[in-house]
Amino acid sequence: MNGIDLTLRTLRGGECRLAAELLAAADRHRADHEVRHVATDLAHWSQEHARRLAEAGAGQEQAGEDTRAPGLAPDEDNPGLLLLRDLSALHLAAVENSLHWEMLAQAAQATRDEALLALASECHPRTLRQMRWTNTMIKNIAPQVLAVSPAG
Amino acid sequence: MDASVDRIARPWGSRTPYDRHEPWPSRVDTFLADGIDADSVTDWVQAASILHSDGDAMDIAVVDGRIAGVRGRAVDRVNRGRLGPKDLFGWQANASSDRLTRPLIRRDGRLVECSWDTAMERIADRSRELLAESGPGSLGFYTSGQLYLEEYYTLAVLARAGIGTNHLDGNTRLCTATAAEALKESFGCDGQPGSYDDVDHADTIALFGHNIAETQPVQWMRILDRLAGGDPPRLLCVDPRPTRVAREAAVHLAPRGGTNVALLNALLHEIIRTDRVDHDYLAAHTVGFDELASEVAECTPAWAAGICDVPAARIEEAAELLGTADRLLSTVLQGVYQSHQATAAAVQINNLHLIRGMLGRPGAGVLQMNGQPTAQNTRECGANGDLPGFRNWQNDDHVADLARVWNVEPETIPHFAPPTHALQMFRYAEQGSIRMLWISGTNPAVSLPELARVRAILGQDRLFVVAQDLFLTETAQLADVVLPAATWGEKTGTFTNADRTVHLADKAVEPPGEARPDLAIFLDYAARMDFRDKAGGPLVTWHDPESAFEAWKRCSAGRPCDYTGLTYAKLRGGSGIQWPCDDGAPDGTDRLYTDGISWARPDDCETYGKDLRTGAATDADEYRASNPEGKAMIKAAAYLPPHEEPDDRYPFQLTTGRTLYHFHTRTKTGRAPQLNDAAPDVWVEVSAADAGALGLDEGDLVEVSTPRGSLRGRLRVTGIRTGLLFVPFHYGYWDTKAGSGPDGEVPGRAANETTVTDWDPVSKQPLFKTAAAALHLVERAHGEIAPAPTTTASAPTRHGSVPDTAGGPSAHVTEDTE
Repeated sequence: MNGIDLTLRTLRGGECRLAAELLAAADRHRADHEVRHVATDLAHWSQEHARRLAEAGAGQEQAGEDTRAPGLAPDEDNPGLLLLRDLSALHLAAVENSLHWEMLAQAAQATRDEALLALASECHPRTLRQMRWTNTMIKNIAPQVLAVSPAG
Repeated sequence: MDASVDRIARPWGSRTPYDRHEPWPSRVDTFLADGIDADSVTDWVQAASILHSDGDAMDIAVVDGRIAGVRGRAVDRVNRGRLGPKDLFGWQANASSDRLTRPLIRRDGRLVECSWDTAMERIADRSRELLAESGPGSLGFYTSGQLYLEEYYTLAVLARAGIGTNHLDGNTRLCTATAAEALKESFGCDGQPGSYDDVDHADTIALFGHNIAETQPVQWMRILDRLAGGDPPRLLCVDPRPTRVAREAAVHLAPRGGTNVALLNALLHEIIRTDRVDHDYLAAHTVGFDELASEVAECTPAWAAGICDVPAARIEEAAELLGTADRLLSTVLQGVYQSHQATAAAVQINNLHLIRGMLGRPGAGVLQMNGQPTAQNTRECGANGDLPGFRNWQNDDHVADLARVWNVEPETIPHFAPPTHALQMFRYAEQGSIRMLWISGTNPAVSLPELARVRAILGQDRLFVVAQDLFLTETAQLADVVLPAATWGEKTGTFTNADRTVHLADKAVEPPGEARPDLAIFLDYAARMDFRDKAGGPLVTWHDPESAFEAWKRCSAGRPCDYTGLTYAKLRGGSGIQWPCDDGAPDGTDRLYTDGISWARPDDCETYGKDLRTGAATDADEYRASNPEGKAMIKAAAYLPPHEEPDDRYPFQLTTGRTLYHFHTRTKTGRAPQLNDAAPDVWVEVSAADAGALGLDEGDLVEVSTPRGSLRGRLRVTGIRTGLLFVPFHYGYWDTKAGSGPDGEVPGRAANETTVTDWDPVSKQPLFKTAAAALHLVERAHGEIAPAPTTTASAPTRHGSVPDTAGGPSAHVTEDTE
């Protein structure tokens, strides 16, 4: 397997995982409606990316099994804190995908693979939008969640 | 010539036809209490309406210290003397016997009367405790679209620089947040580009989700008068209901709920395909056209027809109408703002005008309308999610400038994140981090979505709720302290309508009992809290409406909404004046953007913009790179299916909305006999085809249910699109036995028992138009009929099946035409 194939597979795994994590976060934060709805919408992008990556040769075997530890201590008493942790994890997952899109785009230019370059050019901006969303949400809620303690 | 007209039966009154490019003739509407004639009126006191966003100017008739009627102001640019039904009859609520006249405080679970001093000290004590224990983020303020400019500005100063909280918003979030956001996204700054005068000059008027006949009835009179005159405009109506606008339209499109972006992308596709594009305007004044052309390249009418469930040929006709317009006026309201992809859709209407070069000329304008009458003031004063004077919270220079105006350190003004929007404030209260919520002039226990949840939040012991209102509303019944407020006619102040027209409303009579103007209440609080500026002087330096107005002028100086050329003296006796009004434009400004885009430069813009799908913020560098010269921004958006779609269990789409004879939660219109009699209770509209399929008929008692809750109302069979139900908001419980919510005896009545908690991620405006719902028969009509008017979009399909709505002698209004 050459480097491009490896990156395609890794990225497909990353997109599958991000889609799954977005849907899980949407479900976990049903009462935070912006998260619930936007995360669901954004999961569709990652699902589409994963499908297109599979078509581009990233293999059909299941790459989306989430092997990473969730790293999210359930904290029913402080849903705000849990939301911040989830958004941080989503952000990091999207950043990782973004880096892989970047690598693919570079490799596509080096090999003059126009189809691959087009794929990266179409999908990468949406990954960046996923990152901007998690970043914006974190920025907006962190002051309240971290600095103002809830009444008992 | 004087005529007497039943203005419940004929809400828009008599026609005064006029030709294109002619001035709209005046018609002075007068309604006086029974037994009063013009000669017995002691004083006529200048005011304007706060029961819709038209800004209709009127004089209040005063007899023996009481309000006895109203008369339109012929000189005014907005209404030329005309008044709508709510203007004509709504004032009677001021004198209701159930007005709050003393403060109330909760003791042992019950609200009991107390002195002002007791009530205000309780609020100040709790504020100080919370500031000490948990900091400014534990206090929130939720205000209205009903107060005056001076009151919003004072509230903004005390909340943002006094308390230092990020949590201040207006209920204009429910009505108008998308209008503001769409203007900011396209033009870099809030502020209506067009003018109501554009109605006089347009050859084509497109109304997108805007039932203007019921929400801004006086401007509908203006359109009707144009339709009756020479060279009438052609109307395009986009609305799923058979509104009066739809009846007059050359083309009527009734799309499925939640599909506005698909429809608009198809219209843009057709206009670009047929090259009805003003390329010179595009090159000179815009960025982003290529992205739009690429986004809509595949969005054919046939594609949109499948999504919107309207014929492709109709979409082509609509595009032809828009594409061939010589002067196009578009207006937009809740059918867009309260629906799925709200900002994305509203921005596409701006795009339509940008690519056709339809801005800045008489008749060529876009009116991103307001639902609430003083919404514009919450926005410009920073009593919603903006900083005062359309300053950019992400721009440190703007924050420093505001700090200079207030003489505080910039760090005093929270600007680490955007001001918190209303629904998020309620979420923080639900989670327990907001512990005091001061609600002024609004009624979230009826007006917010998913009411069972809102009642539970407001009812928490750990949340200290202050309600400031005229009546013991559903919200006030859940409060810890209730403050009796004075209202329109009982206090002085200014307010600004949707087309930037500033009006002065003078005090005509004394408020009842101990009720106080909202301004006096906020000033009392600021004094008790002893808010200081950085020199140790008082933060709030004004003491009455006029000095508050002068303070606001200093804050607005040099900003897009510049008020420095206005004074109370200039507004008093004259007519409404449109901002900006300054040395360069002493008589005000008809239209913005007559010479290109004014406020979109990176150093000037009110916002750097947001992603139209996710709401993610753009940063300054990105903005600078994409729009270095400050042109209008054409922003494309892909269609996204609604989040809640009908299924087997909930097979209908449900939409809700305002209707002609009521306003907001009916605190006033429900107490005006003529208005209440015209639409006394909630009803449910369904199409004839759906009624037939379910074996339902006019007047049947039905239940509308969604996963959130249910309501009961009588059925009205109308020409609404199939698959859709309509329920008017905001019927609540104050005039039922239950009081503040449904109980075992009183079933759900408020539309918002059913609506979904979901909001547009860009404008944060909640969606009231896209729930999925079930409809079930509760009881046959047995001769009952739905309490829905026949004069409006709720007219029955079978003519004569119910008696026509009429007001009788008590609704007769004098119309004086020259």
